[in-house]
Amino acid sequence: MSTYRVSGKGRVNPSKTVSFTFDGKSYQGLEGDTVASALLANGTHLMGRSFKYHRPRGVVTAGSEEPNALIGTTRPGSDGARFEPNGRATMQEIYEGLVVDSQNKWPSLSFDVGAINDHLYMLFSAGFYYKTFMWPKSFWDKVYEPVIRAAAGLGVSPSKPDPDIYASRYLHCDVLIVGAGPAGIAAALQAAKSGAQVVLVDEQSELGGSLLSEDSVQIDGLSASDWLKNQLDALAGMDNVRLMTRTTAIGYYHQNMVALAQKLTDHLSNIPANSPRERMWRVRAKQVVLAQGAIERPLVFDGNDRPGVLMSGAAQTYLNRFGVLVGKNPAVLTSHDSAWYAAFDMADAGAKVTAIVDTRTSVRSDLMDAAQERGIRMFLGHTATATSGRLRVKSVRIAKLEAGVASGAAQSLDCDALLMCGGWTPSLHLFSHTKGSLSWDEENRVFLPKDTNEDCQIAGACRGLWGVEGVLQDGAKAGMQAAQALGQSTDLSGYSVDADRTGSGVTHQELPTNGNPGKAKAFIDFQNDVTAKDIRLAVREGMLSIEHVKRYTTNGMATDQGKLSNMNGLEIAANAVGKEVPQVGLTTFRPPYTPTTFGAFAGYHKDGLFEATRKTPIDSWAEENGAVYEPVSQWRRAWYFPKAGEDMHQAVARECAETRKSLGMFDASTLGKIEVTGPDAVEFMNRMYTNPWTKLAPGRCRYGLMLGEDGYIMDDGVIGRMSEDNFHVTTTTGGAARVLNMMEDYLQTEWPDLKVWLTSTTEQWATIALNGPNARKVLEPFVEGQDMSDEAFPHMSVADCTVAGFPARLFRLSFTGELGFEINVPARHGRALWEALYEAGKAYDVCPYGTETMHVLRAEKGYIIVGQDTDGTVTPHDAGISWAIAKKKPDFVGMRSLQRPDLVASGRKHLIGLKTKDPKTVLEEGAQIVNDPNQPLPMKMVGHVTSSYWSPVLDRSIAMALVEGGHDRMGETVYIPMPEGVLEAEICSYVFYDPAGERLKL
Amino acid sequence: MLMIHCPHCEETLPELEFAYAGEAHIDRPVKPSDLSDEEWRDFLFIRSNPRGQHFERWRHVHGCARFFNAVRDTVSDQFLTTYKSGLPRPTEDELKELAR
Repeated sequence: MSTYRVSGKGRVNPSKTVSFTFDGKSYQGLEGDTVASALLANGTHLMGRSFKYHRPRGVVTAGSEEPNALIGTTRPGSDGARFEPNGRATMQEIYEGLVVDSQNKWPSLSFDVGAINDHLYMLFSAGFYYKTFMWPKSFWDKVYEPVIRAAAGLGVSPSKPDPDIYASRYLHCDVLIVGAGPAGIAAALQAAKSGAQVVLVDEQSELGGSLLSEDSVQIDGLSASDWLKNQLDALAGMDNVRLMTRTTAIGYYHQNMVALAQKLTDHLSNIPANSPRERMWRVRAKQVVLAQGAIERPLVFDGNDRPGVLMSGAAQTYLNRFGVLVGKNPAVLTSHDSAWYAAFDMADAGAKVTAIVDTRTSVRSDLMDAAQERGIRMFLGHTATATSGRLRVKSVRIAKLEAGVASGAAQSLDCDALLMCGGWTPSLHLFSHTKGSLSWDEENRVFLPKDTNEDCQIAGACRGLWGVEGVLQDGAKAGMQAAQALGQSTDLSGYSVDADRTGSGVTHQELPTNGNPGKAKAFIDFQNDVTAKDIRLAVREGMLSIEHVKRYTTNGMATDQGKLSNMNGLEIAANAVGKEVPQVGLTTFRPPYTPTTFGAFAGYHKDGLFEATRKTPIDSWAEENGAVYEPVSQWRRAWYFPKAGEDMHQAVARECAETRKSLGMFDASTLGKIEVTGPDAVEFMNRMYTNPWTKLAPGRCRYGLMLGEDGYIMDDGVIGRMSEDNFHVTTTTGGAARVLNMMEDYLQTEWPDLKVWLTSTTEQWATIALNGPNARKVLEPFVEGQDMSDEAFPHMSVADCTVAGFPARLFRLSFTGELGFEINVPARHGRALWEALYEAGKAYDVCPYGTETMHVLRAEKGYIIVGQDTDGTVTPHDAGISWAIAKKKPDFVGMRSLQRPDLVASGRKHLIGLKTKDPKTVLEEGAQIVNDPNQPLPMKMVGHVTSSYWSPVLDRSIAMALVEGGHDRMGETVYIPMPEGVLEAEICSYVFYDPAGERLKL
Repeated sequence: MLMIHCPHCEETLPELEFAYAGEAHIDRPVKPSDLSDEEWRDFLFIRSNPRGQHFERWRHVHGCARFFNAVRDTVSDQFLTTYKSGLPRPTEDELKELAR
């Protein structure tokens, strides 16, 4: 048994020791210990180094608000894969073999070279990011930032993929209660009695909250622990109650949705097979009861961060819950009654309490009597001005206060721990997530909850109540109000409490000192190393808003999100600004309440389940035939089909050449398809697309261009008129959903009188494109019901017919410039048709090709791709496709905008072709274009390359680009500055190949 | 996550099923060509962006796929009411009643 463990105290299991390592050294704890309590039981306070100054730091709290004792944990046997940085020693339960490492130290925790920063503190004062390292500018990237990042910072990122499973679930309940201290338990009992479905959650491993740390209180004639056991047994026995431990309510969202992060395996030495590590619950509760309790506020004085200086409530928890004395000769420094009880518990457990130092001049007589009985010295009306000790506090220096000023001779009190208490801050995090308003309690100098729009009750210490009895009654009341709001009534339970520990206190800014205030290191935010001086400096330098003070000093911006520091920082800032606290205001609390793993947020959405992958009916053939894929919106599309030994460039060059020479086959099933039907279909088409549709005969198709109402190109595609009242509309692959949404919008809300029905048919059709001079020869034998001759079925025709025995919609069109057909058959026949055509095509050296070849072939012909050659700021005129605009229509979507002043202005960027001076050079897509490469920096950029490829048929590079005034600059030279040098290119038409379209006329 | 009442389905369903569609009660002019540049600009781009009650459009895109209108308080994010497209705006009195 370690020397700091008190036998007979605490809720740990004394018969079961657990071994773990800390910084490579083996330690023993007991079952039920946290890393912090086990280390304290071994006399170890030093658990970390601070962020900026690398000051030695010990554990300060016993809960999730811990700022100092941040650890990296590794599960044994996981080869480092189950490593997690920035855990809190106060929350991590120990299990056999757990590997714990402290953070932010080098070479060791007790000797850290980085502590030199502590002596350079003048460099690291408030706003140092913005001041110290600004000059010379060139040093920032190469010197300052890497050095600062290496020297400061918390844990290191895990280097291996996370092997764990993370689950997620929804839950609906009547009453969700957050926090299972006395208020939460009383609320749960009360609400459960009414029959409501109740969920009670707590972040700790055990339910009970403060009752776990306060065994001397008697409730209904029982000790706190016996009462707690009875009540929890009762709740566990009710069918309508769900109890959840290790479950943190991390965020309170609209309409009573609360997110719970539940840790399932981090405390187990053996993980059950397939068990998720964490589970994220999205709870929709009809009523929420917040019973989050209060967080103890540190006192701000020189040396308040020395290991061994910690919150008095934490000391009480370590003693009563874990059976650990945080010191054998502790001193107490307080401005609140609660710390006196901590002193009494310590003394009763065998510690020799050096003294209680209270800043108040008068304290309740019963407390003084109790101290007297235990032989504890009392210093009322005293302040602390310093502490000593390198890696552990050795003494505290105190001085008498005269009218609030430190005066009189200082004296030094020896101690091995210093318990501090500067009052209690009601925990309003989740209440604030609801945008609940707060009111300022001037007497107790705390913010209290006021109003919220959510169906939410708030009870207990988080609304400023103190003492077990008051909190129990308040919790019961909140439980009853929740039940009443659900239309159920119960009799309010009453509780009688003896030996209750009520109390009150005062709060401070920095404690008055007679030391040199310029040298005082009185910390407010332990984790980010922000001192009182930093806050005052920030205000002097003009940061008057608390939001600015926060960002300038980084107060409250560490992983603890200011749970300890916000109120002290605010009090000091308000004092420095010369305003009242509520006028200075509180910074906003945002989810999550405590740091939450990415795994918990991601849940099942990783690897194969990260996003849906859409596959065409022909995808499996492509896979069997060695396709390389690329993602196109959610589709995976065959990119190219390499033969043995080919790289991408070679494969694409071959696919292009063979298609132009004889025959290529392409899976175009991903094209968006919309069936537009109804008596007003043609009128609807006239209004939605720029082109005229009235005179398009059934059996013919046409390139359709769609604009947004702002006049910019939105989508395009070939549209076939199947009959008078039926159009087969195709859209870009990525634009299908967007186009249908826009069509539905106009149809439903602007023209509800039109008799039109829209149906997405993208996935109902498999689409195979056959291109090349031999396309008809292969296809014709398969076609029934349509004369395939050029006369009977010319370019831009469409027909319902039968292909290979399958009902088909057959288009004659071309996106390659060759003779082309697109055969649509019901999706289930897609692969069979593909295989039939492929077999027949072998006689013509058929070449299956992918999206890259499709891109090259279309670029050679100057066919634009919406979204690649246009970007939402390109008009039909800019793109050189004004021919697609009907001249005589009264209106269509975007028509009026084409006359907007900016859209008719000169100097707009036009889509043009580029030929590089060196034909072998392929430009980079996205590369910027300038007129004069010798102009001074920053150069004026006049456009950018939108498409660029190697063209096998032309044996040179081709590119399309958007260039200012491009239409009027044919033949001019522009320049493309690249890292390896400036490239030259000539502006030309973007139709590079067969501009007369002779090859379509086969 | 908001819960939104679809006036077509007459069910209150999670926000995930819906898509926001901009401010409501902005009618597309019957003859856009008659509008001046300024009038057309206002129709295209100028929105009320109020602090408080906002008349806006939503689409039950993963449900009945219908567009409808809503009044949402942009401060509290609460929906006061939802109603079918084409119906008139709720009156101020009706909204006061709903805001209670």
